[in-house]
Amino acid sequence: MGDWKTVTVPVLPSDGKNIFQYTSERRISSPGMNSQVLRLPLPSSKSMHTFFSAFCTEENIEQSLSYLDRELTTLGFPSIFAEPRGRELNLISVINCMNELLVLQHKNLRAQEEVEMQHLKLGSDMDHLQNCYAKLKEQLELSKREIVGLQERDRQLQTKNRNLHQLLKNEKDEVQKLQNIISSRATQYNHDMKRKEREYNKLKERLHQLVMNKKDKKIAMEVLNYVGRADGKRGAWRTDKTEARNEEEMYKVLLSDFEQRQKQLLVENAELKKVLQQMKKEIISLLPPQKQKPKERSEDGPVLSDLEEDIGELNKENMWELSCETVREQLTNSIRKQWRMLKNHVEKLDNQVSRVHSGALNDKDVISREDHELETEKLELEIQQCKEMIKTQQQLLQQQLMSPCDDDTTLLLQDCYLLEEKERLQEEWRLFREQKKNFEKERRSFTEAAIRLGLERKAFEEDRGAWLKQQFLSMSTDYKHSESVTTPSAFLGSPDQDNRLAKSASRQRKPHCLSSPLSAESWQQTPQSITNNSAASTPPARDSKPNQWEESEGEETE
Amino acid sequence: MNFSELFKLTSLLSRFSPNGKCLVWSLEQPDWHCKIDEGSAGLVASCWSPDGRHILNTTEFHLRITVWSLCTKSVSYIKYPKACQQGIAFTKDGRYMAVAERRDCKDFVSIFVCSDWQLLRHFDTETQDLFGIEWAPNGCVLAVWDTCLEYKILLYSLDGRLLSTYRAYEWSLGIKSIAWSPSSQFLAIGSYDEKVRILNHVTWKKITEFEHPTTIANTKTIVYKEVEKSPSAETETLSFPPSRASASSWFSMQSKYDISQVPVSLHHIKPVADRANPKIGVGMLAFSADNCFLATKNDNIPNAVWIWDIQKLKLFVVLEQLSAIQSFQWDPRQPRLALCTGNSKVYLWSPAGCVSVQVPMEGDFQIVSLSWHSSGDSMALLSKDNFCVCYLEREEVK
Repeated sequence: MGDWKTVTVPVLPSDGKNIFQYTSERRISSPGMNSQVLRLPLPSSKSMHTFFSAFCTEENIEQSLSYLDRELTTLGFPSIFAEPRGRELNLISVINCMNELLVLQHKNLRAQEEVEMQHLKLGSDMDHLQNCYAKLKEQLELSKREIVGLQERDRQLQTKNRNLHQLLKNEKDEVQKLQNIISSRATQYNHDMKRKEREYNKLKERLHQLVMNKKDKKIAMEVLNYVGRADGKRGAWRTDKTEARNEEEMYKVLLSDFEQRQKQLLVENAELKKVLQQMKKEIISLLPPQKQKPKERSEDGPVLSDLEEDIGELNKENMWELSCETVREQLTNSIRKQWRMLKNHVEKLDNQVSRVHSGALNDKDVISREDHELETEKLELEIQQCKEMIKTQQQLLQQQLMSPCDDDTTLLLQDCYLLEEKERLQEEWRLFREQKKNFEKERRSFTEAAIRLGLERKAFEEDRGAWLKQQFLSMSTDYKHSESVTTPSAFLGSPDQDNRLAKSASRQRKPHCLSSPLSAESWQQTPQSITNNSAASTPPARDSKPNQWEESEGEETE
Repeated sequence: MNFSELFKLTSLLSRFSPNGKCLVWSLEQPDWHCKIDEGSAGLVASCWSPDGRHILNTTEFHLRITVWSLCTKSVSYIKYPKACQQGIAFTKDGRYMAVAERRDCKDFVSIFVCSDWQLLRHFDTETQDLFGIEWAPNGCVLAVWDTCLEYKILLYSLDGRLLSTYRAYEWSLGIKSIAWSPSSQFLAIGSYDEKVRILNHVTWKKITEFEHPTTIANTKTIVYKEVEKSPSAETETLSFPPSRASASSWFSMQSKYDISQVPVSLHHIKPVADRANPKIGVGMLAFSADNCFLATKNDNIPNAVWIWDIQKLKLFVVLEQLSAIQSFQWDPRQPRLALCTGNSKVYLWSPAGCVSVQVPMEGDFQIVSLSWHSSGDSMALLSKDNFCVCYLEREEVK
């Protein structure tokens, strides 16, 4: 808040206008302490009036005018006089000047308001900052005190720690001392014991001597009879040979024990080697086959390939039977390598999984879960619907089966499910009967035709017979004319005709066929044979016809 | 009183009296007998050789061991025998005998061939004061352990070479008892710190240790507790005057086993600290015949037998009795443990369960030790003055 510029504007004499004088006070405000709002009270018109009249009176009009003019011109306003040194007031310029002055005054007031506002703001900021500062100072004090307290505690604990260490050291020293005491006492006791023992041994020796001296008289064994030895053999003298034999026996026992143990160990070893081999194979199979980078491969490549080769070789040679150092090492080394690879692989997989869980694929999971939920809801709805449908169907079925109805409806409803089928069936039956009738009609016509044909044939045969007779008779007279070429063809034609006819009436074919070659061969016998054949053919036809058409009109046949 | 191995055809009995006389009877030929007189040497202990034809008498003050032969009537002497608990050990097949000796304040072990009592090996041991020796069941390794002031066990091969030494800790009281497993695979060492350490026969290093805490917290352990059940008084069968048998059965309490829920706190005693040979530590160890179980007793929990599963190397079962355990022994054929606690009952445990059997004897019969027959069908129950033979019925296998 700096100094304020004072502008004291002397009052203009008025022609009845009230000119208010604004005065501003100079303030020097100390920073941050007492800032007061500057607010000028509008003076009352009366006081103003007296105040205003203090500047210009009737006596000093000209002076005040010239003073005013000077001031205005220095301030940059145009002169209020009409001409530079005249006495006539330029009213227009006076009014303009007044207006300008008013505008200036307004501007100044606004500026003042702004400044006051800013002043207020700054004041409150200052207050706030001072409060913060006070609080922070308090906190600082508190923390300082705390630190001091903690330091004190730390110091105490350290001294305690040092004391405990010291105690521990003392205890350890004491323990060591006691142990030393114990060991020295132990040696002392041992020494004393040995001394006593030697004395005791001397006594024992003495006693032994005394006892042994009396041995011959007193010590004896009375036995009724000797007991046989355990293994049935007789006792033998103790010689060097027996000694050697005993040694041998002992070594044999030891050796057999060792051998047994070695066998067990070999078996165990073989088992373990087998297990290792299997493990190795399984580890190799578990590992992803070609995930190795070319760099790695180049590193491990030669080694691995060598190993693989060697192992391949050794596998061929039954490697578990070899137990030399290099083979053993190789096996263990290769297993270690494979295991390390497997471990790395598993670790990689673990990392991948953890990344997936925590990484950007989270959204996918969320979405998929939502989808999944939607799906499940849909499916549940479907299930519900199906269930309801089933229920309704069941209900209807039950209703159908169990609902009491009157006789008509029951009659109607009986077999109502099969009604359609029944009708269809009846329809088909009808059709079938119609067709049957048609067939029968056709059959009848065919039989009639066949009978007619038979009759015709008979007639034809008779004619032929008569004609042949004539021919023969004529042949006997005129041999050259006897070329009855036509007859075989005509004859041959008839079997075909017969065949065709026979086809329409199925069973007749056979006898006709039979009869026709017969008749073709024996056309020389023709008259009788033909007649016979035809007679033969027709009776079977006749016979068969009633057989076939037994149900229909048998009277049609002859 | 000693028994010669009962499977031998010539079964002989011997009895000795403190003034140096030893009497031998035959079970098969009652009129055969033999009298051995040690004279002024006195007798402290007497034992049979494994072939049943020699008697080894230990004279007073452990002056010497006299080997009396019943077949040749000859005598051999072994000088300077060691005065310790287990100074003589025979291999399982009866071929070799190891004797602990002490000359000039040093311990030695002599190995003899039992067939002709010839000295095979004689070597010194690195022990302060040898406490005991024991052969492994395969007859190839001899375990030699030191006094309880020193935890040290040495393993020697049959030909006298030192195979290995094992020390678990220093200064505290050491080994109390050891047991070989029947396959010679394991050596169990029970010590005064209430732990059992198991060594393996390949490296002779410890493979595990078993602790005996007073509270059992593991839920996989089964704890059988013997409880008394009052006998039902059947008034109809009372007879007047009451016969002796019924009277004794009245006054003796029936007991049965109950399964306790873990965690179980066992009854333990605090041994007096300033006495020698405190009742603390694992004092009894035994492997079952099929090498599957190990039974132990911790002397400051005197009422409990701990049965460990060797296949899993874990605690399997704890049997808690009402009084202190006197002795236990495994059946030589099956995994079946018989134990006695100084009353007239014998207790049997097998993986199928456990049972308490009242011995129907008149009067007081306090069983202090028991011994199985080698066929596993019967066992002898011994009290101070009497003994009885208990036959076990075998179930018919269909």
